[in-house]
Amino acid sequence: MATAAPAPKVNYIGLPIVDYRGGKSTLCAGCGHNAISERIVDALFEMGVEPERVMKMSGIGCSSKTPAYFLSRSHAFNGVHGRMPAIASGAILANHTMTTIGVSGDGDTASIGMGQFVHLMRRNLPMIYIIEDNGVYGLTKGQFSATADLGSRLKTGVVNDLPGIDTCALAIQLGATFVGRSFSGDKKQLLSMLKAAIAHKGTVMLDVISPCVTFNDHEGSTKSYKFMQENDEPINEIGFVASFDDIAVDYDSGEVYEVEMHDGSNLRLRKLHEDYDPTDKANAVRTLMEAQDNNEILTGIFYINTEKATFIDQLNLVDEPLATLPESLTRPPKSALDALMTALK
Amino acid sequence: MIINVQRTGPSTGLPTRTQQADLLSAAFLSHGDTKHPILLPGSVKECFELTQAAFDLAERMQTPVFLLTDLDLGMNNWMSEPFDYPAKPLDRGKILTAEDLERLGGFARYRDVDGDAVGWRTLPGTRHPKASYFTRGSGHNDAAKYTEDPEEYQAVMDRLAQKFEKMRALLPAPVVVKGGSSQNRKSGIGCVAYGSTDCALTESLDQIKQRYGKDVDYMRIRAWPFAHEIHDFVASHDRIYVVEQDRDAQLASLLKLDLPAAQVTKLRSILHYNGLPVDAEFITAQFALQEGL
Ligand SMILES: Cc1ncc(C[n+]2csc(CCOP(=O)(O)OP(=O)(O)O)c2C)c(N)n1
Ligand code: SF4
Ligand SMILES: [Mg+2]
Repeated sequence: MATAAPAPKVNYIGLPIVDYRGGKSTLCAGCGHNAISERIVDALFEMGVEPERVMKMSGIGCSSKTPAYFLSRSHAFNGVHGRMPAIASGAILANHTMTTIGVSGDGDTASIGMGQFVHLMRRNLPMIYIIEDNGVYGLTKGQFSATADLGSRLKTGVVNDLPGIDTCALAIQLGATFVGRSFSGDKKQLLSMLKAAIAHKGTVMLDVISPCVTFNDHEGSTKSYKFMQENDEPINEIGFVASFDDIAVDYDSGEVYEVEMHDGSNLRLRKLHEDYDPTDKANAVRTLMEAQDNNEILTGIFYINTEKATFIDQLNLVDEPLATLPESLTRPPKSALDALMTALK
Repeated sequence: MIINVQRTGPSTGLPTRTQQADLLSAAFLSHGDTKHPILLPGSVKECFELTQAAFDLAERMQTPVFLLTDLDLGMNNWMSEPFDYPAKPLDRGKILTAEDLERLGGFARYRDVDGDAVGWRTLPGTRHPKASYFTRGSGHNDAAKYTEDPEEYQAVMDRLAQKFEKMRALLPAPVVVKGGSSQNRKSGIGCVAYGSTDCALTESLDQIKQRYGKDVDYMRIRAWPFAHEIHDFVASHDRIYVVEQDRDAQLASLLKLDLPAAQVTKLRSILHYNGLPVDAEFITAQFALQEGL
């Protein structure tokens, strides 16, 4: 007698994980970017986000191709190189009720896209901006990008002699309100960070070290799996309890930094580094700058601010998305035009 | 929807002076076989009206739309008729809702189901499992899926070309300022122009009549791709003066790309490009010179 197949596990809103998957990846086997796509799927599934209520944005690069490999049920826009921030800003202003995930690369962000990136960060638009950071332009065969560390070496022997841009320090300084760094190989840390990111209201900037197995995973590279496994130094351990989870955790308040998130979730950051306070902006930037000088790779949530107004709040936008507002609200009445014409007489 | 208030180039040119020299770059901006529709208002009031038309067109035809005015029109003070309140509702184009998707069982984003070369779209956030699609800069088939298949790629390119052709009939029609085509024509000589050239040209045509006793017909162009009325106007005249404010005869060039070979030789250019707005005396003098008057 045949036994019925067990019902698939469903999430908080009753969807199975397959509803969060995307097309088959065409990236190299072992590419860090594939692992990040998997964690994005897990995080959205576990957080019970409705796939139709997600917008995926990207620029150009291997990393920027990945929105095709997760969440097929979500709208996606693949812009030109380094220009995702402008497109994402427009799309969010048109509908700020969506969960917006932007996937970029270190080249797409820190080389060609820097001008747009800095203005996105200072606006605090509600979105999750992920840099899949391999220190090279993977898609164009492995040239150094602007996040490559000083002294890192390419397979060809070329040594990078310019300091890397620390996108986390920059994002904090510019005004992003949730900034962290993780490693594609650290499933647990990345998943918790992404879940907390989904719960945050404002700009989340995550720099995820994501080794390029084809062009930057050798001895002498500072963005290789081996280098990260040996040098990854978490600044805090991330515990995330979603608003709908009913879990009581015992902890010593002296060891844990607790943050109440906008949606009622709870973020618990266990301190691993002295007395690191993730709400102290100046200290966060200083810590990152010192780490760079000491060739340390810090990961974890460096900065969080749940108070700062988003760009949507500042613009005082109506709750209903602008995209679907009826004409009765978007077009001023005839009397308004007539008054203007009379005033100009 | 992009508004370009043209000033002189190249580079920063004369930053506070006027010109009409961005026509060709707006028409073909970007790489590959790219063409963008362009609207060309001729007065302050028309800037107001054609901007509305441009938004409607952008959503109806799902395309970027350029509106080209110039610094003379865009920055200087002008007398204007009062603006009219829009007579038509906003046009959001072809949008499928969740209910439509339920009824249809899905959709293919770039499939030409209505024969107008425009696919149906959904808005991000539409609550239906079949609502999403992937907008990509790279080659795709009519279901918005990545492809490098030669036939699928070419089919998309051909649909875009058809869409562009269909716009001729949808864009703001040219205005016959004087005379007209075939039986309405007053003269064997015609002229065409766009934008802020209008006032100077209208005055010049009066001067030409007064000084030389000649009638010249005039059609004011308001959009590219060109409406069939523009072809008819050229066909109905022996000579056509193209009056424009740039060095390289950009409007005449676009006309030459469009007109049948036999019509192309009818075009003559009057070009003004020293940074100052063109005036009637200049046009009259150029006309007289070229006509041997
Ligand atoms: C305007 C423009 N300039 C250059 C390129 C060529 N190009 C394609 S991908 C890329 C770099 C991508 O690097 P990154 O963002 O780090 O992505 P990765 O492939 O490493 O994930 C470049 C320079 C382009 N596509 N467009
Ligand atoms: S080239 Fe590098 S970045 Fe691109 S898919 Fe391969 S491993 Fe990933
Ligand atoms: Mg890269």
